[in-house]
Amino acid sequence: MPNGLAAHADDHVHAHHPAQQHHFETLQQQAEASTLGMWIFLVTEVMFFGGLFTAYMIYRLWYPEAWAEGSRELDIQLGGFNTVVLIGSSLTMAMAVRAAQTGRRIATVVQLIATMVLGLTFLVVKFFEYKHKYELNHIPGPNFTFEGPHADQVQIFISLYFAMTGLHALHMVIGFGIMSVILWMAWKNRFSPEWYTPVELTGLYWHFVDIVWIFLFPLLYLVDRAGHFA
Amino acid sequence: MTTTTVIESPVNYLNVKHTVASWLLTKDHKRIGLMYMAVVTLGFLVGAVFAAGIRLELATPQGDLVSSDTYNRMFTMHGVAMVFFVLIPAVPAILGNFVLPLMLGAKDVAFPKINLLSWYVFVVGMILTFGAMLTGGVDTGWTFYPPYSTDQSDSNVFLTGLGVFVTGFSSILTGLNFMVTIHRMRAPGLTWFRLPLFVWAVYATSLVQILGTPVIAITVLMLALERVAGLGIFDPTLGGDPVLFQHLFWFYSHPAVYIMILPPMGAISEVIACFSRKQVFGYSFVAFSSLAIAVFGFLVWAHHLFVAGISPYSAMVFSILTYAVAVPSAVKTFNWTATMYKGAIWWKAPMIWVFGFLGLFLIGGLTGLFTASLGVDIHIHDTYFVVAHFHYIMVGGAIMGYFAGLHFWWPKMTGRMYSDAAAKVAAVLVFVGFNLTFFPQFILGYLGMPRRYHMYPPEFQVLNVMSTGGAMILGVGYLLPMIYFTWSFFYGEKAGANPWLATGLEWTTQSPPLPENFPDTPIVTEGAYDYAKRETRVA
Repeated sequence: MPNGLAAHADDHVHAHHPAQQHHFETLQQQAEASTLGMWIFLVTEVMFFGGLFTAYMIYRLWYPEAWAEGSRELDIQLGGFNTVVLIGSSLTMAMAVRAAQTGRRIATVVQLIATMVLGLTFLVVKFFEYKHKYELNHIPGPNFTFEGPHADQVQIFISLYFAMTGLHALHMVIGFGIMSVILWMAWKNRFSPEWYTPVELTGLYWHFVDIVWIFLFPLLYLVDRAGHFA
Repeated sequence: MTTTTVIESPVNYLNVKHTVASWLLTKDHKRIGLMYMAVVTLGFLVGAVFAAGIRLELATPQGDLVSSDTYNRMFTMHGVAMVFFVLIPAVPAILGNFVLPLMLGAKDVAFPKINLLSWYVFVVGMILTFGAMLTGGVDTGWTFYPPYSTDQSDSNVFLTGLGVFVTGFSSILTGLNFMVTIHRMRAPGLTWFRLPLFVWAVYATSLVQILGTPVIAITVLMLALERVAGLGIFDPTLGGDPVLFQHLFWFYSHPAVYIMILPPMGAISEVIACFSRKQVFGYSFVAFSSLAIAVFGFLVWAHHLFVAGISPYSAMVFSILTYAVAVPSAVKTFNWTATMYKGAIWWKAPMIWVFGFLGLFLIGGLTGLFTASLGVDIHIHDTYFVVAHFHYIMVGGAIMGYFAGLHFWWPKMTGRMYSDAAAKVAAVLVFVGFNLTFFPQFILGYLGMPRRYHMYPPEFQVLNVMSTGGAMILGVGYLLPMIYFTWSFFYGEKAGANPWLATGLEWTTQSPPLPENFPDTPIVTEGAYDYAKRETRVA
């Protein structure tokens, strides 16, 4: 394609960074576009979780007793432990971004691994919480059993608990997959202070997933805990 | 910048490579636009077959052609195919994909791989949904209200819902991509107020896509869990509320109407300026009215629930807000009219489609005010009046606008002209056929014929036969473009870079454009519609 080649030659008087894609004029334009894209994606995520939060809000206003009852079924110690773990993983993620920004390859790799280990810890704890619910027949559906005056509405609470934490856990699994790729890229020394956008975007995503949990923990575990902390 | 001579390269985006893989793995926004056109046209044919079935059944008052159950499936699948696989993607994903980067002077959208991904996501959603249709279909109505969609249906609700869920992500990705593209990929000198109004319209659409579509995704997901696992969220026997589903559903599905109509409105602005040889009257008002429609569009959803038992106070607020959303739409219509006023109107096919759009959108918009009025809505809710109203907007408005844009940009997309006379005949057939199909339905609805029944009292037959007859004319009107566009693609006269002597960056490059759109990045020095500086028209 003669015309295309000529244009190509003109464009490439200055050598481009290997990561720069052809349709961008500069690496900076590319980084700005990617970052904006990630923020917009996070907005869509807020709306996605928003539907469940709306359902939660309405039914909590309608059935406050059932919500308190259901909430007491959740293990506040495991939930609290997971909250600390997840906040810790946000710290290591932020440090990974900073390490990539300052061009420290080993530190980037170490911090990413730390974030992944913490994320995995959260998921393992979550698995045991779910398992416990399963053993108690607290899985919503025809086999749901619950002793108490508001069993039906408690089922809605537990349904929302599973839907919200399940969707959150799914986001963590996806984040885990993304971090594996980023880890491999960091190991191969693909990032530099000039270009570390993928690490930064992964960080944005991971912090978002954390923030969702920061809302989920009090909304699900702490509904009626004043005076019930044991 | 009067007559710019474009140096033609023998290489363009269509002939640069011919292999199937070069299409299926392309990252070129122009090819992806055409690939969307192929699948959306398929969706349109599927939806049209169901529409034909509905109209044939309603030609007689007795339910003699199909059973009630089959009829339920037909109108549901007509709605699902047309809404999710035609109206929502038609203008943004086909025309938007093709012209947006060209209008911005960019080489491509911001994320070409995500653009291709969104096409594949769309196709997967389509396969799931159409697979559900082939294996028995779905009978809930396209609105999937529980309990029709939970314990009252034995049809393929889950698979259809999954298809809609998947397709939604295609729409989200397109909106995200376009929004970043408009923010970050504009050519030097292309300030916001030099942007073509189509770009403003696509921007407003993207806003709706990214804010609304995730909500329908989570709602459909909740519905699927409700149906499969019996969560109870929408089940009144456990304390759940089916009306909550309606709120969540319409929180997306009302703004979705603006996903359908805003981009065609943008195309109308382009065509009307070109074929009136005039600057669009009140540019910034038209631009901001797009954003206003997008924002107000999120605040009117409960007007679909006026008879669902919502509080009268919230109904009043939603009624007033619904009236308010008519204002920016009226601003557009008045400004288009004022653009034509004292313009040198050039009677070419795209402009005939615009005239059709204006007439049908006007009727559709004004009848929307009837349904927004609380008292009147009680009378016409769930009648054919509503069916007629939204078809005037979605088909009369959105599809007419799509065709106006397609006839306008076709020479750019393919490098070839089509028969102007045939296109005018098609526009007139669609306009006449459309009115004959749907105007009687206003009367039927006013007289009390409910929607979604396959039998009706004999006194309604005359109007229903008119409607069925109109649908046949409409069908011919839609088939014609397929014929003359196909002919044009292979044998049409060469169009040249700018057959309409239009302004806009997309007309400064050759037709069909280079794989990289422009030989050099263009530099913009003037507004979008500087028709005053151009020669008025060619014969």
